[in-house]
This record gives sequence, C-alpha cells and structure tokens, in this order.
Amino acid sequence: MSSKDLHTQGLMQLAEGLENGDFTAVELVTALLDRIQAHDGELNAFITVTADAALQAAKRSDELRRKGDGGVLNGLPLVHKDIFCTRGVLTTCGSRMLENFVSPYDATVVGRMADAGAVMLGKTNMDEFAMGSSNETSYFGPVKNPWDLACSPGGSSGGSAASVAARISPAATGTDTGGSIRQPAALTGTTGLKPTYGRVSRYGMVAFASSLDQAGVITRSAEDAALLLGVMAGFDARDSTSIDHPVPDYLAGLGRPLKGLRVGIVRQHFDAGLDEETGSAVREALSVLEAQGASLTEVDLPNLDLSVPTYYVVAPAECSSNLSRFDGVRFGHRAENPEDLLDLYCRSRGEGFGAEVKRRILTGTYVLSAGYYDAYYLKAQQVRQLIADDFRKAFADVDVIAGPTAPSPAFRLGDKTDDPITMYLNDIYTIGANLAGLPGISIPCGFASELPVGLHLVGPHFGEEQILRTAHQYQLLTDWHTRCPEGYA
Amino acid sequence: MSLDKDQVQHIAMLARLRVADDEIAETVDKLSRIVDFVDQLSQADTTAVVPMAHPLDAAQRLRPDAVTEPDERDEAQKNAPALSDGFYLVPKVIE
Repeated sequence: MSSKDLHTQGLMQLAEGLENGDFTAVELVTALLDRIQAHDGELNAFITVTADAALQAAKRSDELRRKGDGGVLNGLPLVHKDIFCTRGVLTTCGSRMLENFVSPYDATVVGRMADAGAVMLGKTNMDEFAMGSSNETSYFGPVKNPWDLACSPGGSSGGSAASVAARISPAATGTDTGGSIRQPAALTGTTGLKPTYGRVSRYGMVAFASSLDQAGVITRSAEDAALLLGVMAGFDARDSTSIDHPVPDYLAGLGRPLKGLRVGIVRQHFDAGLDEETGSAVREALSVLEAQGASLTEVDLPNLDLSVPTYYVVAPAECSSNLSRFDGVRFGHRAENPEDLLDLYCRSRGEGFGAEVKRRILTGTYVLSAGYYDAYYLKAQQVRQLIADDFRKAFADVDVIAGPTAPSPAFRLGDKTDDPITMYLNDIYTIGANLAGLPGISIPCGFASELPVGLHLVGPHFGEEQILRTAHQYQLLTDWHTRCPEGYA
Repeated sequence: MSLDKDQVQHIAMLARLRVADDEIAETVDKLSRIVDFVDQLSQADTTAVVPMAHPLDAAQRLRPDAVTEPDERDEAQKNAPALSDGFYLVPKVIE
C-alpha cells in the first residue's frame, strides 16, 4: 500500500498495515494531517488541529512497536469531538463561552484512547454545547457535508462525521443526547454508534443533559466501531452514572450469521413524514437482513409520537441546570466592566451563549419553574417511563429494532434554522433510544437524492454486541459503507 | 402566543441570562412555539405512572469518604478571568 492511499483505509486495515511494517505511524499521521490541510478549508470540520502533538505521539508509538510494545490502538489516528476535555488543549464545545478554555485534565474517553495508543489529530467542530442537529449553532461556523458542500452534515457531532466521511480521519469520537452521533452518521454515509446509557464514562465530557448524554464513535465500519468500543467502554468511578457491567470482546461476536435474528419493525417509522426514497433504501436493507435468515416482525411503540416533546422538556431542564456553572467567574467568557455581580452573570452568559443554547436554557428554566414543574418536567418523566416500557415490551419479542435513522437525507444549510420545531423533528427516530437508555447504531444503506441514507438498529440495554453484529453482517454483504464522496477518494 | 414578553424576561432573570432588546421578539416567538409543542404531553394518560428516575433503574452509588484528588488549584485557575492571590475576583457585593 502506498502512503498516498492510507487515508482510504479503516482502523482494522491500518492496524494490520502498521503491524506488518507496511508503513509507520508517522507516515500515516503525516498523510492525514496533509488531508486536513487540503480539505478543512472547505469543510470547517476542525476547531483545533494538534499537528505537533500528533507527530510526537506517532513517533512514540512507532518506537513502542519496534520494542514489541503498545496498546491495541497503537499508532491509529482519530479525532475527538470538541466536547471532550483534553489536557493542555483547547476544549471549546463549539461555544464562545469556552473559546479560550484549556482543559486541565483529560476526559476518561480521551485518556483510555491515548492509553491504548491512539493518536489524536485534532478536535472537531460541533453544534454549540451539542445543542443542534445541523452544526449550524457552532460559534465557529457550520460544518459542510462532504457529499454536498451546500448541505449540513447533521449534528451535533457534525465535524466528527464530516472528517470520517471525507477520509480525513478513520475514526472520531462523538456524543449522542438525542441522535447527535447517529443522525450525522446517516447524513454523511458513515457508521455511528451510541452505546447504552452508562456504558462509556461521561467524565470530562461537557455535560448537556446528564440522563441522556452518552459517548460513542463515528467510523467507516461496524467492525471499527466494535474495536473502539472495547477500549472506551467500562466502569469509571469518576462518573456517578457509569455502570459496572462486564465489557465483552465486541470483535469476537461479529462473525455470527444472522440466521434466527428477530428484527422488529416499527410501523410508525414508515408513516407520512418519511422521505420516499429514504424509505425505499431502508426497506431494501431490511430485505437484505431477511435474506440472511433474519425474521421481520412488526412491533408497536404506541407512545413514540411523544418522544420528541418529552425530550424537549427533559433535555432543556437538565441543560439549564448543567449550564448554570458558566457564570463568568471561574472559567469561560466574562463580560467587560460589569456593574455588579448580577450584571456580571447576566451579561457573561448573554454574550457567551448563542441563540439556540439560550432558548434551551430558557425552556428548561420555564419547565422547572414554580407552578410548572408538575405539568412539564414530572409529566415528561412519566411519559418517558411509558416510552421505555414500550421498548421493554418490544424487546421481549425481538433482538433488534430496525428502521430509518433520519426522516430525510442531508438538508441544505439554512433550510431549517427558522423554525426550531422542524429542526427538532429531525431526531424523531433516534430520540427514543436516548430516553430509554438503549444502544443504537446508524449504518449507510443507500442513497436518496444522491445523498447517503442511514439504517438505524436499536438493541436492548447492553445489546451492543447484537447491533454491531447485525451491522457487520450487513456490511459484509453490501458496499454502501465504502462509498466515498466525490473529490475525497 | 403562549408566552409574553414579561414572562420571558422573568424566566431570563431566573436563568441569569441577558436577552438583548433586539433578541426579545424572536425569543418570545420561538419559546412560545416550543412550549406549544411540548404541551401535547398533557394529552398522555400517566395515571399511576412512576416518573423515570434513571433509564436503567440504577441507584446512586456511594464512595468511601477518602481523599482521592490531588490539589490542582493552580492548574484549574489558569482559566479564570480574574484572580487575586488564588481567589476569584468578582464585583464588590458588600458596600
């Protein structure tokens, strides 16, 4: 393999090439840093590029390899969403509020990846504080979709998705509160995995809605996602909601054929509201699973329609509480010449946060305020329980629930910014998994209007092996995940 | 319009968030749309439904009361906008 086409390879292939001595980590990292130089001007996928540190780390990993040492990811490059704290490196969360924030510590995810030998190339652009589905709320400007530069890559992990789709990085971390890994993966033709709530530590991940937030990955295949999940997953005493549950060998289970797999189909997922070509691509993908011996059964999620309104009470409520830490005193943006303490708080926050973040803080403050708590917040947590119960009942009869990830392919930048509700409804198929704490994955399954379409697979709690295996078996039979946007081959 | 300007200003004060004069009309409009949208929750029958406390029904974990973190104040305070002798500076609060 020539160093010219290293960017085309996924993690598993790169690991093999490094192991065989076909190329070094320094050569690999150099090639990818060149890709960032060549393409990030048009994509805006990065907020920070850590070129010098990446080359240093690559050098160290080559030395370790020569000694026969190094972790399971030794020398493999990746990028981190700028929501993960990275010691000594800017961590902006896409916000003016944290424009100059240099983290004094590493997030657990960042630390585990580095300990396994991964080399960070940089930090990716995102919707401000992960609040958005199009990357247009970033203080650093929107990310462009490599499949069509006039389109959004989705969000909030849009920079991560775009960098993987454009063959700049073989893998990226992301976070998913309502679909922020899976929806951009669908819109960019990449593989995006959101694990079970509590599976991966949230320590050092800037908090948005703590009962929904979960870290995951965007990669070019389910196999690569399985490799990374094995490194990221596991108990962390520093995250109070981390769950102490054994971490299986995610790669080991991928080879099991689909014969006997029970796949649930939700009728409402194919109702009006779903783009026709998107629906056809997803139905075609389901028939591929069926041809491999999986059985398709209809399942009912009667409260599904309420998932978006439930989310838009719970998530803003938690956001208004989490973001109260940004007060202009200890870190973050501070207004000039405050008149008094109140003015310092109000103006620092008013100037530091963008419009969507402010809307969510205000919504959250409203639903938690005296007289409204029972009608909104408590009610939403009750409906959330109903939605979780629906999933629980469905998983008594099926192993995986399959459907579309997003109602339509990538939309044009600016198309949905006028009405917040239109934008919110883009996450209609993904939000349920967050409310119920379930793992989900989006994998490429075709095209609509020449843009990628995602197939969404949801599993029961800790059902990552099942959805990864289903995704991998599908990817063995199809080549949608290998398609590359024009100009990025 | 389910919310008016005064209500939004009140909520903004509770949230310690300055909403500029030229942002207020749009904020009232969009917040009202969001509140109208989430109002559909009121139609759900939630009689005797226990509100969710944790998606996996996990309980809060306790840890031993032991010192585990080193003192990294200097490192953390590098991000502070205004400091004096290791203290954070704010406008005068006591006359």
